[in-house]
Formats: sequence, structure tokens, C-alpha cells
Amino acid sequence: MSAAGMAVGGSANRIRALIERHAYLLLKSWPRLVSMAYYPTVTMIMWAFVTVYLRPTSNFLADAPGLFIGAVLLWDILFRGQLGVSLTFFEEMYSRNLGNLFVSPLRAWELIVGQLVMSMLRMLIGVGAACGFAWLLFRYSIFSLGFPLVAFFVNLIICGWAIGLAVSGLVLRWGLGAEELAWAAVFLLAPVSGVYYPIRVLPDWLQIIAHGVPTSYVFEGMRAVLLEHTFRGDLFVEAMAINGIYMAAGIVFYLLAIGYARKHGMLMQMGE
Amino acid sequence: MLPASAPHLSAVIEVRDLHKKFKQVDAVNGISFDVHRGTTTALLGGNGAGKTTTLSMLLGILTPSTGSIRILGEDMLRHRYRVLPRINFTSPYVDLPKRLTVAENLRVYARLYGVLRPRERIGELSLDLDLGELLNRPYGNLSAGQRTRVSLGKALLNRPEVLLLDEPTASLDPDVGDRMRTLLEQYQKRSGCTMLLASHNMGEVERMCNDVIMLRAGIVVDRGSPQALLARYGRENMDDVFLDIARERNTADHGVSADGHAEGIVS
Repeated sequence: MSAAGMAVGGSANRIRALIERHAYLLLKSWPRLVSMAYYPTVTMIMWAFVTVYLRPTSNFLADAPGLFIGAVLLWDILFRGQLGVSLTFFEEMYSRNLGNLFVSPLRAWELIVGQLVMSMLRMLIGVGAACGFAWLLFRYSIFSLGFPLVAFFVNLIICGWAIGLAVSGLVLRWGLGAEELAWAAVFLLAPVSGVYYPIRVLPDWLQIIAHGVPTSYVFEGMRAVLLEHTFRGDLFVEAMAINGIYMAAGIVFYLLAIGYARKHGMLMQMGE
Repeated sequence: MLPASAPHLSAVIEVRDLHKKFKQVDAVNGISFDVHRGTTTALLGGNGAGKTTTLSMLLGILTPSTGSIRILGEDMLRHRYRVLPRINFTSPYVDLPKRLTVAENLRVYARLYGVLRPRERIGELSLDLDLGELLNRPYGNLSAGQRTRVSLGKALLNRPEVLLLDEPTASLDPDVGDRMRTLLEQYQKRSGCTMLLASHNMGEVERMCNDVIMLRAGIVVDRGSPQALLARYGRENMDDVFLDIARERNTADHGVSADGHAEGIVS
């Protein structure tokens, strides 16, 4: 095998090791699995009943009954995606395992890929369960969004990853005291994302901010699909462009935080 | 200065003018030393002397302020990923994931280090370190001594050419501690591994080490084989030598100046 081939094989093996380490943890704990699914499911059920209540008096809900349920499920793709990245990293801090990881041959970019894969798995478990219950209880299928669902999914998960990496970097820099950010960070975006309402209802100055947030394009795009039966390619492209910047910034910030921790001797000491 | 009984003369660890400053504190202040292939060198000093800081820099987990480190011929500051698969370490200051079983932890680290036939290797280590009954128990449920054995198992997984050991037998009872030391000696004899260990167990140092580097306040204050240090300080055991150096006792009677330096001793 060539040197490049061996390097790729080595990287894949190390990423797999990281995934196995977290899969062992998840699969042996049913409370963990349940907790990943219950919040998205309960939120979905709540918004489904709001829909049931408002539908007889609301024209737009009569036209698009899946508006709120679709929105809450898409929002959870973002939230679970972000949490998955952050919690995978926190788990290493809780178990005081960072020292062992960072003196192993695991590269920083392999650690990032491992976190992203774990985020995807956690998100699929959590949001997948909510989607299943949406169909079972309310006969709503997220797949009714059709092909645009892929565009929404890609944008939301990338945005979640970018925030998750930034939060991991903040916690690496300021310690587990900053852990609450993992739960709160993504909600900073909620008011300007237009999850349940169009961006045009925001004050002008908030609309300007919303244009810098990729999730606002996703939820506008979702409404276009459900209410106008149109896929807005322009919104997709704009969201992808902004997400590219977010993701690059998230990675750079995380790598800088690792460098800072290496410089200040924090990797060996960090933990609960 | 070469270690007392170096089987080979090539330096596997080369440290030059290494500094680490944390804000206003010089944790390590310009130390230089070599560790030769197949030898065991002790890094000794009181709390805060700079042992763990030095080991952390050697491992690439802490960036030096200035200075250079070469391990196995590679510059650790620029090419540490060429070296990391060939070295390993154990320290009581880091843990393995507590909810994973010992076997799961070892499998994960075997994969991280690219160990060929990991099942066989884990089997060998479980025999050597008597881990058989622990393999299916969560790491977090083990006693401190059992964790130390598992950490040592993790450190030996990749058959390292260089082993950095931070208090490797801490928390072990005398019987198990002795078995671990024997195991490390046998491993070194078989593999030619180079070991650098920080320890507060002077009996361990006398038994295992060819060479001793004494640190105080981040500088090397003395160096030599345990036998040479015993003779120089006129002491019968390394505990007393350690106290003489750590407490800056006037050792002029033994040919060593008050700050612990002796001509031709400190490298």
C-alpha cells in the first residue's frame, strides 16, 4: 500500500476508534437513548396540538397543516446536530480522557470528523424518533417536504456543527463552567431564524441580522415549499454560502482553542 | 554525561534549553538532557519542580516557550505525529473513559494506535498485568491500583519504543508495585524500550534507573547514576539524596555546592 493509502487508512481507523468509544457509551445506556429522543418528540407533540387547535381558524394552517410540525422537526436537526458535536467533546472532558487522546496519534481534524459523525448519529436517533411519532400520531411525514428536505437538512446540520465546534472551543478555553453554552447557544439564533414566522415580521434591524444567519433562509425556504409549493434555489445557495463561512469559522476557532489549551497546559488537567 | 550503564549510545530523547513560562512563573527554566536508547532515566524533584511540565512538553501536549525536543530523531514541535505512534505514556493525572469496560477502553486505544491484531495484544497484556478479571468491568468501578494497571496496559498496547511514565506505580500495593516494575524491566529487556519516569518512589528509582536527573524550580540541579549520587552525597539511600537536593542542604562536605551543582555533573 502507498504511503498516502496507509495514511488514509490510519486516519479512518482512528476516527472509527473515536466513534466506537462513543457508540459503546450510547448503546449500553437506554436512559441516554431515551433522553435523546424524548425532548424532540415532546416538542413535536406540543406543536402538533397547537396545529390541531389553530387549524379550523387559520387559513395558512388549513393550506399547510405540517407547517409547525415540519418547523419543529427541522429546528431539532439544528439543535441535535450542535449538541451532538459539543456533548461528544464534553464526554472526553468529563472522563478526563483528553490527555490520553491528545498524546495518541489522533489528529485534531480526525477528532473533528469523529465529533461530526457522532453528531449525525445522535441527531438521527433523536429526530428520527420524533419523525416516527409524528407519522404514527398525526400522520405527518417529514418526507412530504420532498427533495428540498435534503437541502434543508444539509444546511441545518452544517450550521449546528459550526456552532457545536465553536461551543467546544469556548469550553476548552474557559472550562466546563461554560458548559451551559452548549444548551443555550443555538437559541440565540431562534428569534432571527423565523422558525415559526416569516422574517418580514421582524423589526428592520433584526431582519438585517437575520440575513446573516443561514437558518433564516432554511425556514423561509420551508414555508415557500409548504405554502407556495416552490423550492427557492436562491435561498439554498445563500444559506450554503453563509454556512461555509460559519463552518470555517467554527473549525478555526476550535483549532485555535486547542492550540491555546496546548500552550497553557490545560489538556492534561481538564475534567470534572 | 552518559548514563552509567547505557547499552547503546544513541540519544533517543534530546532536550535542549527547554523553557516553559506560565504568566510570571518559570515552570521549566532552560533544561537540557539526553536519554539514551534502552536506558531508564528518572526525572526527580519535589512538587512543582517541573517534572510533569517537562513530560507534558515531551509528549507534545504542552507547547514549550522556547527550546527544542527531539524524540527518535524527530523534532517533536514540528513532526510529533511521526513520533506519537511509537511512544506512549501513563499518568495518574489522566483517566480513561469511566463508563467503558477495561476491554472496550483497550480496544479503542489499540485502534487509535493502529495496533495489529489487537485482540491478541490485549490478551497478552491481560496476562502480563493480571487484567483478566477486570476486562469486563467498567473502568470507573476499579480501585486506584487497578486503574494504574489498566493505564499501564494502555501504555504498552502499541509496544512503544519510548515510554514516558508519570508515577507509574502510584497507588499500587508493594506486591503489585513490584510486579509492575518487573514487568517494565522485562519489557525493556525484550524490546530495548527507552523509559523516562517521574517518581516519588526512591526505591523504584534505585532499582530501575540507569540515570537520574534532579530538578528544582525548573532547572536541572544534579545528574548521575543512583550509585554516583549516593556516593556524591554520602548517603545510603536515594530518599536522603532527594531530601538533600530538594531542601537545598549544604552538601559541600560531599563535593557539591550549596545549589546542588557539581563540576562536570550537570549536563
